[in-house]
Amino acid sequence: MRFSSRVKSNLAWLGVMVSGFVIIDGLEVARVINPFIENMLVTIGINVILAVGLNLIIGFAGQFSLGHAGFMAIGAYATGIMTQTMSTPLGFFLSMGVGMVLAMVAAVIVGIPTLRLRGDYLAIATMGAAEIIRILINNLKITNGAAGLFNIPALVSWATVYVLMCVTTLVTVNFIHSRGGRAVMAVREDELAAGAMGINTTRWKLAAFVFGAATAAIGGSLHAAYIQTIAPDDFNIMASIAILIIVVLGGVGSITGTFVAAIVLSVLDTVLQNFGTIRMIIYSLALILIMIFKPTGLLGSWEFSFKRVFSRREVTSHE
Amino acid sequence: MQTFGQQLINGLSLGSIYALLALGYTMVYGIIKLINFAHGDIYMLGAFWGYYSINYFHFNFWLALFSAMVVCAIIGVVIEYFAYRPLRHSARITALITAIGVSFLLENGMSYLVGANARSFPQAIRVVTYHWLGLRVSNIQLLILGTACALMILLELIIKRTKMGKAMRAVSVDPEAAQLVGINLNQTISFTFALGSAMAGAAGVLIGLYYNSIDPLMGMTPGIKAFVAAVIGGIGSVPGASLGGFIIGLLETAVQAVGLSAYKDAVVYFVLIVILLVLPAGIFGKRTREKV
Repeated sequence: MRFSSRVKSNLAWLGVMVSGFVIIDGLEVARVINPFIENMLVTIGINVILAVGLNLIIGFAGQFSLGHAGFMAIGAYATGIMTQTMSTPLGFFLSMGVGMVLAMVAAVIVGIPTLRLRGDYLAIATMGAAEIIRILINNLKITNGAAGLFNIPALVSWATVYVLMCVTTLVTVNFIHSRGGRAVMAVREDELAAGAMGINTTRWKLAAFVFGAATAAIGGSLHAAYIQTIAPDDFNIMASIAILIIVVLGGVGSITGTFVAAIVLSVLDTVLQNFGTIRMIIYSLALILIMIFKPTGLLGSWEFSFKRVFSRREVTSHE
Repeated sequence: MQTFGQQLINGLSLGSIYALLALGYTMVYGIIKLINFAHGDIYMLGAFWGYYSINYFHFNFWLALFSAMVVCAIIGVVIEYFAYRPLRHSARITALITAIGVSFLLENGMSYLVGANARSFPQAIRVVTYHWLGLRVSNIQLLILGTACALMILLELIIKRTKMGKAMRAVSVDPEAAQLVGINLNQTISFTFALGSAMAGAAGVLIGLYYNSIDPLMGMTPGIKAFVAAVIGGIGSVPGASLGGFIIGLLETAVQAVGLSAYKDAVVYFVLIVILLVLPAGIFGKRTREKV
């Protein structure tokens, strides 16, 4: 029986996801993965979720947002506050849902006025909006002010993060390949021309922005439930910039690149732990050098695709 | 009325620091469309140069100020040469990440070299407080305001009256056409970085004298606020950056004066968003008509 290349590629991706899970689980059972490495893996997973969402906004919709950490904070605080009274896995997923909805509402409120701006102006406006969110959290009673929340129940294991990472990436990639994704990319290439073709540019820009905010909230919820401690300062401008660095380093507009960069940066960070104080010096030098010698990011806009691999094979077998 | 006058003076001295920093942002952005994230850290380096030159070389205040400007100008040119020049033709977001990398490098490099602790800035000038109509004005505040205004006028003259200033304006309008009429692009951009960094260095020494405390991370928040000031004033416009700096300084002081100091940054960002929505190119920014 012959499958089309699309079915084959979908099966291949499913295989990759399941085998990734099985491998990590096996290493976990065999005690190869100590808590230190597990922490690194979970950080990679959360960073992937955050960066995939930001890559959708920056790389595919072409809107330069510098406020990702603000939406992450909403998700994190929703989980931190709600799971204190509902300390069950169901409570966690409920809080994540609430965080996503709140983040989406905030994204609509922020996005409708600011998405009229372009380029760096949009970046500064979204950065300002994220800072306003952070300062509000810093001064509210329910969020426990600048001290933040601690003793958040540990409702998240690496497996939850892994599954949610796969789900978010799948949904994002499917959005990119859908009619909406093409509309969003048309807006990125030329807003005027896209508008002339009948695409409602404001609506699709906002859609990508809100979508990205929802994924940021998922990342924030996972962060809160895994690390168990959150404070407003975890979600400052530097946190937004850290996510931006993953996106640009991997290649703007490449989801594969986002994965590679999230892994490379986390491993680099873990390795550099041994270097003590000069850790950040090496990190910043590495960042500058990669950007100078590889200005398009590690992978540019190249995307790994099983579909392409299979269809190429089909073409060669027909010949 | 008295508190109002007092806050006005405090706001103006803080605002003039932001204005000096915002000038560097606005010139660099105007000429190569880069948000120079490392600008705030050059201001930090200026403050540290002032600290060491006064403590160890026994410079007086004016010599420290002038030498800090020269040193920062050189650092600015070096940074541009090594980090930004190779990326001039790549995507702007790449240059932005490089600027963030340079900022991290300067912050962590200084933390490594001199330690991350805050240190007190030497009192190069004895503080004298004048009482006038019930207002308290220190000579330091007057000095900051005077020096900042003098530097801004000097900068305006350089840009409007000299040949190099004309070249800068030409490059910011159209780099290729500027090259066609014989302007050396690299030289002009280097000169812009030198000017902007010199202003930041001066601001660093002045803030050291005013707040009396410096540390390697001191440039981060003022840097971002100064960029906000440049955007409010209309990026690329020198009078706009000065006005934006004063607006931010006065706004922050006013919010603090009514007892909402916890929200002072939020108010600044809120005003930024509102101004951008009403005037998308800032107060003095040029409106560009979109071409199809």
